[in-house]
Amino acid sequence: MRALILFIAALCVSPVLAQQSLPPAPLAYQQLSDPAQEAAALALMHTLRCLKCQSQSIADSDAPMAGDMRHQVRSRIAAGEEPEAIRAWLVQRYGDYVSYAPTVSSTTWPLFAVPLVLLLIAGGILWSRIGRKPKNAGEAT
Amino acid sequence: MRLTLWIPLMLFALFAGLAGYQLTQPKNEFVESQMLGKPLPAFDLRPANLGQPGASLADFKDGKPKLLNIWASWCLPCIAEAPHLERLKDAGVDIVGVAIRDRPQDVARFLAQHGNPYSRIGADDLSVIQLEIGSSGVPETFVIDGQGIIRHQHIGDVRAGDVPKLLQKLEEAK
Repeated sequence: MRALILFIAALCVSPVLAQQSLPPAPLAYQQLSDPAQEAAALALMHTLRCLKCQSQSIADSDAPMAGDMRHQVRSRIAAGEEPEAIRAWLVQRYGDYVSYAPTVSSTTWPLFAVPLVLLLIAGGILWSRIGRKPKNAGEAT
Repeated sequence: MRLTLWIPLMLFALFAGLAGYQLTQPKNEFVESQMLGKPLPAFDLRPANLGQPGASLADFKDGKPKLLNIWASWCLPCIAEAPHLERLKDAGVDIVGVAIRDRPQDVARFLAQHGNPYSRIGADDLSVIQLEIGSSGVPETFVIDGQGIIRHQHIGDVRAGDVPKLLQKLEEAK
């Protein structure tokens, strides 16, 4: 019984040093009233990295800073800004790291080029093997 | 022909070696601001501490380099850096604070406990200035020159060894 009371009391204690003493930003957890705008905001938020918890998108993260970033995204979209303009605004401040949408740049082009090269090589090998086969097969039989 | 048979194994060894090497390399978890050399945005923050002025862009345009310290009363490393900010202040540095998501009573309590090295403190309730200058956490300290241009970013708490470096960066920003 005492343990139960202690347990319930423990649940009621608020953290002494929480990461914020203020309520979350107005649009951190509040959806936009226009469904199309909210959908655009959500799509963008899923492709922006939370800077505090670096393996999550800001849509997935409960970090206060991610909430503030969601507030930025939603309020800018509500003001009529294009999603890609908001992404560019963040990339200008934090670099490509903040965006989960890959772009072709001087450092990332091999990511796009290597699969093409591998496909070409594989195609070449296949062609040289299968393409020659009927002739070989004809000789064999 | 026998040699070409070894190529896949060699490729595999190459990839494994590369992955192993990368695993031993230290990882940089800091997200550095891309705003160095660029001007501070226009901003005007309400005072975070009663009886002390807030912060605005105009405060940074008086021709003297300053430190812009992003901090919060709920931030534990900020307690660790407090004495070192005090040393910077004693060396004559003007430190402008920006308190992130903070209440005046919490700010006052923190300053009473750990000292107040700030000439002014603005309250950034929605991390707007923090996002504008490319800061990704608390605490962070920026060197701003007399024209309001961001010159240097220090990520994490200011430690004893960082004090001379920040003084030097302030000197360079003159």
